[in-house]
Amino acid sequence: MSEKLLFKDIDEPGLNTLSVYEARGGYASLRKALQMVPEDVLKELEASGLRGRGGAGFAMGKKVSFLPKGAIEKYLVCNADESEPGTFKDRELMQKTPHMLLEGLIIASYAAGTSRSFIYIRGEYVQQADVLDAALGEAREAGYVGEQILGSAHSLSLVIHRGAGAYICGEETGLLDSLEGKRGNPRLKPPFPANQGLYQGPTLINNVETLSTVPAIMRMGGAEYAKLGTETSTGTKLVSISGHVQRPGNYEIELGIPSREIIYGLAGGPPEGRQIKCWFPGGSSAPVLTPEDLDVPYDFDSLAKAGSMLGSGAIIVVDDSTPIVEVAMKLAKFYRHESCGKCTPCREGTNWTVKMLERIDSGQATPMDLDIMASVQEHIIGNCLCVLGDAMAMPIGSMIAKFRGEFEAHIESRRLEPVHA
Amino acid sequence: MALYPDSRSAALPALSAAQRVHGWCSPEAIEQVASVMGVTPAELEAVTTFYDMLETKPVGRHSVYVCTNISCSLRGADALLAAVQEAADGNREFNVRAFECLGACDIAPMASVDGVYVGPLAIEDVPRLLDDVSAGRDVLPDKQLVKRPCADAEARG
Repeated sequence: MSEKLLFKDIDEPGLNTLSVYEARGGYASLRKALQMVPEDVLKELEASGLRGRGGAGFAMGKKVSFLPKGAIEKYLVCNADESEPGTFKDRELMQKTPHMLLEGLIIASYAAGTSRSFIYIRGEYVQQADVLDAALGEAREAGYVGEQILGSAHSLSLVIHRGAGAYICGEETGLLDSLEGKRGNPRLKPPFPANQGLYQGPTLINNVETLSTVPAIMRMGGAEYAKLGTETSTGTKLVSISGHVQRPGNYEIELGIPSREIIYGLAGGPPEGRQIKCWFPGGSSAPVLTPEDLDVPYDFDSLAKAGSMLGSGAIIVVDDSTPIVEVAMKLAKFYRHESCGKCTPCREGTNWTVKMLERIDSGQATPMDLDIMASVQEHIIGNCLCVLGDAMAMPIGSMIAKFRGEFEAHIESRRLEPVHA
Repeated sequence: MALYPDSRSAALPALSAAQRVHGWCSPEAIEQVASVMGVTPAELEAVTTFYDMLETKPVGRHSVYVCTNISCSLRGADALLAAVQEAADGNREFNVRAFECLGACDIAPMASVDGVYVGPLAIEDVPRLLDDVSAGRDVLPDKQLVKRPCADAEARG
């Protein structure tokens, strides 16, 4: 049994309220942090080795340390725009234990020296935003948010900001533009948000799960936390597993356990009599892996070495009942819809890919189209302001490479059929 | 607007509020928001067209977003969407839309009904879903996401 840090007491009735959260030891970590100097809190975060849980996996402590020092207005933004297909872990945290997020955010703001903060939550999460609003009201009342928190010199304002439905706003610079009241177009980097972010000020952006982990790190101490998981992927991770498995849902695992244990052990594997065709280890943007990769340890580096990524920690399992062309089409259409249209390779590349897949499905394609489609993917990667285009190109490219035979058979069978409706 | 260092940040909350009053982001609604915020209507129109939840045409007052992204489609979302569309066809009360991943793949296939997440949905649930909404009842109480325990049995103790 793996240790539960985020999911400890998760289904305790009333955990979303301040009284139950406090009765379970809540806000003790904040009290502890406020007794320390901010530099020491930062040291604990760095010692923990905690890597960002939103998708990029960047070391959280290092990110905090990138913020310029001194008395300038700095911002902390929590990215709660969870939109990566297959990902639903932040939703469960915000729904059931909102104070854990608030506590982590307040500690992070203390370490980073920010006095203004925002939680940007996707507009579709209406019920979760309501829960957060209520929790914030309680936290404010109790003096955890506001002026001179618990009698310390640290003050923090916090606004819960609801989005209005756009995948790209999960991209950190798209999120900042959206929070400024504009279309959520990504920005050119550098400058990175740590130097020039929200309202052009230095900005720290962290995912919900990342911030929610901070109270546990303060409670245990960074070094103790780092003993969990592997050397370069420390700690526990929430994994959202969905698709063709018997027990879809969120599970808290220790990083580095075999992927098979999650897919089969926890989620029960595919339905009776079916076999896994492929699986996405880290959301729909991750290159697909096959059953041969099931023993790859589930951590950042092992998955990267296997040619994919841990991403947001969302495993999507596809079994042999679904044609790979159908999976590719779903994804390509999604990324086409969500492309903001700013960069040509992404705007055109997602559209071309959908059209080529439609040709395949309507019997008009030849195997040569697969090469063209693969080359389109290659030309998207690395050529845009943000990684939305890459997020389509990586999985589609991997599907063409790993399931070429099935694509060719699909092309051939459609060509032989009378005109496809 | 006072919540933000720059009042323009209030654009999304303000447009959402206007949509709740007007039913959609009509030219009048946008003009009202623009005059309060001190920006041009064109700026807000550009914002409105970017976001899926802001409606640029009149729609039914009850939204039913059916998720048709990868995890839901693997579990029959396309057939579910067709069934909801057929059942709500001609009923101007409803705004039935296919939607991108709503972040509830654990209850796939699912829908967000006026912001309430319900699933896993079978085709047989569709008439009851629409009836509940029309009658102003709590929608499919037995299928609401917020009532589900965490899947992680070890965490439940």
